[in-house]
Amino acid sequence: MVERVQPGDAIHPGKPVTVDRYGVGARINHWITAASLILLGISGLALFDPSLFFLTALFGGGQNTRALHPWIGVVLFLSFFIFFFQLWRANLPAKVDWVWLSKFRDIIGGHEENLPELGKYNAGQKFIFWSMTFLILVLIASGIVIWEQYFAEYITIPVRRIAVLAHSIAAVLIICIFILHVYAAIWTRGTLRAMTRGSVTGGWAWRHHRKWLRELAGQRKIGPAE
Amino acid sequence: MSDSPRTAVSNPPTQPMASNLGQQDLVRRSATKDLPPPERQLTPVAKLIDVSKCIGCKACQSACVEWNDTTPAVGENVGVYTNPHDLTENMFTLMRFTEWVNPETDNLEWLIRKDGCMHCADPGCLKACPAPGAIVQYSNGIVDFIHENCIGCGYCVKGCPFNIPRISKADHRAYKCTLCSDRVAVGQGPACAKACPTGAIVFGTKDDMKRHAEGRIADLKSRGYANAGLYDPPGVGGTHVMYVLHHNDKPHIYADLPDEPKISPVVQTWKGLTKYVGLAAMGFMAAGSLIHGVLARPNRVSKEDEENAEKLVEKVVAPPEERV
Repeated sequence: MVERVQPGDAIHPGKPVTVDRYGVGARINHWITAASLILLGISGLALFDPSLFFLTALFGGGQNTRALHPWIGVVLFLSFFIFFFQLWRANLPAKVDWVWLSKFRDIIGGHEENLPELGKYNAGQKFIFWSMTFLILVLIASGIVIWEQYFAEYITIPVRRIAVLAHSIAAVLIICIFILHVYAAIWTRGTLRAMTRGSVTGGWAWRHHRKWLRELAGQRKIGPAE
Repeated sequence: MSDSPRTAVSNPPTQPMASNLGQQDLVRRSATKDLPPPERQLTPVAKLIDVSKCIGCKACQSACVEWNDTTPAVGENVGVYTNPHDLTENMFTLMRFTEWVNPETDNLEWLIRKDGCMHCADPGCLKACPAPGAIVQYSNGIVDFIHENCIGCGYCVKGCPFNIPRISKADHRAYKCTLCSDRVAVGQGPACAKACPTGAIVFGTKDDMKRHAEGRIADLKSRGYANAGLYDPPGVGGTHVMYVLHHNDKPHIYADLPDEPKISPVVQTWKGLTKYVGLAAMGFMAAGSLIHGVLARPNRVSKEDEENAEKLVEKVVAPPEERV
């Protein structure tokens, strides 16, 4: 049984109805993850291609960029995996995800009326969640292998070569996923407030995650009016 | 003045002289795409190490430490002559001692190889380096690390087919043999070559060194070393440090000297395909999002959506009377 409703999610009657989606802890954690990922992207790209090396200036030069990047990676890893354990159940794949995905044209066209009712996350969000999970695991593992300052002496050079290749490929992919995540949140209006104020409007929940809304209503998870 | 020294044995001039090796002589500069072509072509130089003449005295190591003013840590005797046990950021060259039993003759052969940067014509370190100008290659073939530009990432270590660069734990910068570029710049040969008492290390133009090696190889062959030859591996475009090996058919017996060194295909993929496909993919994602953002209508919540939600919630909050 896929868990669609999560502890803390609740409906507040009113005009409009609002629905709590993320608690304050989850939101703080999300923004730590986001900030780390952006800083990692910038510092990593600076060392990825010479044309972007100038970005090291943002971190106080090449030496500082090299020293800081892995530590930011550790922060990302920890914050993401706190997040992961809160969200993974709600992101388990369901049959309806395949139906939803098969209507790709309706998804990108915004014709939500043709799409099936969904729980807390749609297949796109689940894809982003699991891609991030997988890529962050690859990045932290390969990143430790190529962390020259502390781990170089324990790892053979051929292994380090493979790790640096894996690290750069995973980094490219996670930047693509990141762009998809940010763009989807902007294009789907009313989404960003879930990560700022923590709640969405009832209409947003009705439109995009109706099964989740029905379930909250069905379980009478209703808080005070706003 | 000739553009490059022809020998390591000449004594230095007593009058001060200007450096004859500079920015204008660079043929490659790490992480630099638009390097202007060099104004002149220096005569390629090379150091030739004849392992058959080496007596393992380590004068070259001492001279290297002296000239480069490094201070290798006091080592520990673990029962082998190799000392220190590996190249370090303070030891740019190292005599590696191997006890090898020749299966054909059943003789013990004591192989001594002076390890250090090979100054590849196609340097893997330079290819891997992400920091502009941290690694340079001069038109005479010398590959040099410019420490003030080094960021200590260790990419050169991954790029090098010979396992040469070492990263200092003190200042987080990479170090290796410079082929005494600062001596060569003023008409001198490398310190190790100058110090070698048997002439096992010689220095000059690459052509001269190849010619010298031919004589040595002919001599070795006449003494029964049928496979004697010159180690100038083509996989890295040739090197500006070459060996005369009495067993050139199996370089690996000399403390794991690579038989066919070349830049690892993993490094090539990382620095080639991954970079271009990766930048294109990220650009495509960003551009795709932007175009969709401009052309497609945003996915907005409608008024009916809000009303439907309100109706749903009302039903739950104020259930019909009859249900009680």
